[in-house]
Amino acid sequence: MKLPNLRAEQEETEAEQTTPKATISDETIEAVAVLAKLEINTEEREQAKKDMEEMLAYIDRLNELDTDGIEPMFSVFQTENVFREDIVVNGDGSEAALANAPEKKNGCFQVPKTIA
Amino acid sequence: MPGSLPVLNRQAVEYAMAVGIAANCDISNDCRFDRKNYFYPDNPQNYQISQLYAPLCTDGSVEIKTQEGKKEIRIHEIHLEEDAGKLVHDEQTGTSLVDYNRSGVPLIEIVSEPDMRSAEEVIAYLEKLRLMIQYLGASDCKLNEGSMRADVNLSVRVVGTKELGMRTEMKNLNSFKAIARAIEGERARQVELLEEGKPVIQETRRWDDNIGTSYAMRSKEDAKDYRYFPEPDLPPLRISAEWVKEVKARQPELREEKLVRYQKEFGLPAYDAGILTGDKKFADLFEATTALCGRHKKVSNWIMVETIRLLKECGMAPDELSFSPENFARLVVLADSGTITSTVAKEVFELIFRDDIDPERYVKEHGLATVNDEDALYNAVRQVLRDNQKPVEDYHNGKEKAIGFLVGQTMKAMRGKANTELVNRILREELQKDENM
Amino acid sequence: MDLMGLTAVELGRKIRRKEVTAEEAVLAALDAIEKREKKVHSFVSVLDREAVLERAAKVQRQIDEGSLMHPLAGVPMAVKDNLCTKGILTTCASGILYNFVPTYTAEAVRRLEEAGAVLIGKTNMDEFSMGSTTETSAYGATRNPWNTAHVPGGSSGGSCAAVAAEECSFALGSDTGGSIRQPSAFCGVTGIKPTYGTVSRYGLIAYASSLDQVGPVAKDVTDCVVVLETIASYDSKDSTSAFRKDCRFSEALQDEVKGMRIGIPHGYLGEGLDKEVREAVLHAADMLKEKGAIAEEFELNLASYAVPAYYVIACAEASSNLARFDGVKYGYRTKEYEGLHQMYKKSRSEGFGPEVKRRILLGSFVLSSGYYDAYYLKALRTKALIKKEFDKAFLKYDVLLGPAAPTTAPKLGAFFSDPVKMYLSDIYTVSVNLAGLPGISVPCGTDRNGLPIGVQLVGDCFQEKNIIRAAYALEQTRGYRRSPLCGEGGAGDEQNI
Repeated sequence: MKLPNLRAEQEETEAEQTTPKATISDETIEAVAVLAKLEINTEEREQAKKDMEEMLAYIDRLNELDTDGIEPMFSVFQTENVFREDIVVNGDGSEAALANAPEKKNGCFQVPKTIA
Repeated sequence: MPGSLPVLNRQAVEYAMAVGIAANCDISNDCRFDRKNYFYPDNPQNYQISQLYAPLCTDGSVEIKTQEGKKEIRIHEIHLEEDAGKLVHDEQTGTSLVDYNRSGVPLIEIVSEPDMRSAEEVIAYLEKLRLMIQYLGASDCKLNEGSMRADVNLSVRVVGTKELGMRTEMKNLNSFKAIARAIEGERARQVELLEEGKPVIQETRRWDDNIGTSYAMRSKEDAKDYRYFPEPDLPPLRISAEWVKEVKARQPELREEKLVRYQKEFGLPAYDAGILTGDKKFADLFEATTALCGRHKKVSNWIMVETIRLLKECGMAPDELSFSPENFARLVVLADSGTITSTVAKEVFELIFRDDIDPERYVKEHGLATVNDEDALYNAVRQVLRDNQKPVEDYHNGKEKAIGFLVGQTMKAMRGKANTELVNRILREELQKDENM
Repeated sequence: MDLMGLTAVELGRKIRRKEVTAEEAVLAALDAIEKREKKVHSFVSVLDREAVLERAAKVQRQIDEGSLMHPLAGVPMAVKDNLCTKGILTTCASGILYNFVPTYTAEAVRRLEEAGAVLIGKTNMDEFSMGSTTETSAYGATRNPWNTAHVPGGSSGGSCAAVAAEECSFALGSDTGGSIRQPSAFCGVTGIKPTYGTVSRYGLIAYASSLDQVGPVAKDVTDCVVVLETIASYDSKDSTSAFRKDCRFSEALQDEVKGMRIGIPHGYLGEGLDKEVREAVLHAADMLKEKGAIAEEFELNLASYAVPAYYVIACAEASSNLARFDGVKYGYRTKEYEGLHQMYKKSRSEGFGPEVKRRILLGSFVLSSGYYDAYYLKALRTKALIKKEFDKAFLKYDVLLGPAAPTTAPKLGAFFSDPVKMYLSDIYTVSVNLAGLPGISVPCGTDRNGLPIGVQLVGDCFQEKNIIRAAYALEQTRGYRRSPLCGEGGAGDEQNI
């Protein structure tokens, strides 16, 4: 699912406002909620939109910075090539793994049916 | 588990490099890992560590051979990622059960370009990759066990048009046969759609080989936006030219090279070389055995005839062969040197095939060595001549064929252990005597 | 004897000298918890008395045998509830992990237990460390021991309050954007956020993997350094763990800053900074100058972009890190649901609190197709620029000095109405995480209401020793001051170390 383009939704809300304010539509917030697997009811939706708009408006300050030609920095340090050898060291943790399962059966985690 | 962290397995990286090298790929010196985010119970973190932005290998190709000749299939990329867990559907409770034993295990995904035009080409391509990877030791590549899997992306187009049609992706293909069937099925489905004027929708479909149809896995809740971003728990992977060189130097001999060498070095016919190298297990067995006993053509025959016959009889796959090259080599020597007859050899080989017995010991313990003792053979022959008056008469009446029967009777009397040449000679001598009397 | 008034190192010394037993030490902590916990609520869970005593007895035997000589042997510790502890409830202060009992122990905790420190409880925090006040905890807010109408800061507010309330001798916290340093400042205690990679993250339930670091919270610099030496180690289980040749941080515990070059980011003293905080911080700089350090103001232009960049990066990573909480493997699963996806949605919506949901939504948004470049990559580019600016600053200075937070601890509820305002309280701390730098927060004064003020000292990567030396020198001028909650002197009661 593609999210509606935010840029197209940008508008000048007030004449005196110089930076365009991001507007989050119902569709956008719902699409994001689907991605995040969160339920947002109608009352929460307005608040969620408002929160996100405010945060994005604040984040949009980054646009003041000229970052042309700057490589995105993924990790701070130059560490690279961290490996383990092909040896099992932590044994069979299957029982431990299941210890906290809300529902389990036959040594497996049990979930609602995944296929129709 | 919350708080657990990934660590990259060096061996997995080297296997991936080895496959990349064998598939003529460029090995990237600057790769990274990315998270692919999606909610599905087969992945305990609800994201998969994969490589999107900087995969390990790119731009490769392999050559396949079909009825129509040779063809090059381009490989877009090969990347490393982690495997997911296994989902089993529990009919009893109407739920699904997740087994995470496999999750986090490294795997490589080989992404081909849309160069294949038929199920035959797809199978040839997959067979090619499977053999290559088996030879490299990176995986045993069993489709039925999931150590090799294939998702088929397929589109159709009107004959003569250049542009590829809208594609679908097919999952849950557990055998080459299922893949071939799924390709035919999906091709037909798409053609039918287009002929009815309906569009093909880009979607992921699950193939059900039992009923021979597929269905769409898409649901409204499955938003396909994976929100890839660099995996912060894994530092980048840098592969120096030296490292690539090292892996290259360690690269084992692959099928094509063996195929040529077997013919050149051992004088095997192309047909033999083809069968022996057609399965890594055969090639391994052949090489290990001939290293012990030489006799390349003989070893090859034993593999091509008796071994394959027994595999078929037992419904086994070549990699289930469990006997040792040592016992196999001993048998080849016993048979080739005439210590045992071919009849005995076949019997003993069955025991090796089944229980990996030591043939030398077995032959000795059971007294199966070929009998070359002429006195014993004279006695046996005379007894056979006495007991079979009719065939003897036939022989004397010019029925040369009757001697075959008498040889058989003698061999039977000697429980297959008699030296056939000697039996033949003595029989003729004795029959001669008869005539002279 | 007032055992809980001692520093961890002092208490450990008494235990080693057999003046006090490990059992007596942990009992003192448990008693203090009984006395003060109702007022501060530092803990999500306190361990069973019997279990704690049993553990202390075992440590005592090892001490008696002479097999355990560590300065922290027998000393009671508290651990933030986002660090996994085998067999002990670990909730991240979230409803979604209300019943989660890990089957393994985090590496940092394991190292402390190996040293003989005795775990007495898991401290409260903002849910999944998302917050600056410890009010987003699903288990109720923690209160500031200096004034219980105020927050302790966050997200490691429970750890800092527990130390300030003398419910434990030291604690572990985690710091993603200031979560150790800011509450340390608010609670009048000392906390270190080490260079990224110094302490293993194995067993730390991740908020933002590229920024999270575990660190110590204690009464003074010496305690923090001893704890840090114990937990700092290369760990092959954490691929981002740094291999450091020199972790002998205690060598820097010297009251000697002559010639030390200290830079004070000019922007850190400007708009938004409380006047009293500003004065106390500048006073701290003066104290160091008096001891021979060279301090001057300089421009750190990009500091104000750190907060927005931080929120993009932290929320993006969090949206992915927190995806695993889905009602399948552990924690909360909603009672009624139809189908898999509703189970996911309901479990997560009911299990997570509003701030966590807010950040997950934002994080999912900035990573979604069409916005990845504009937000996520933009933030990573900003991070690169910030790192570069710090690199430049450290050519000139050994230590950067500034406030740990723009104000002293606000009243409970004050930040709730305005998330952006809450985010701004991290303004002096987040850039340190973005650049992976080490930072320490040391008490340097109190405001007119008697609330503590902390000064933050930041060093270059792997240069903890510089900030430790400066912090130690500063501490010598002032000493540790106990919170009013802890009896006799209260605020203003000086105690020499």
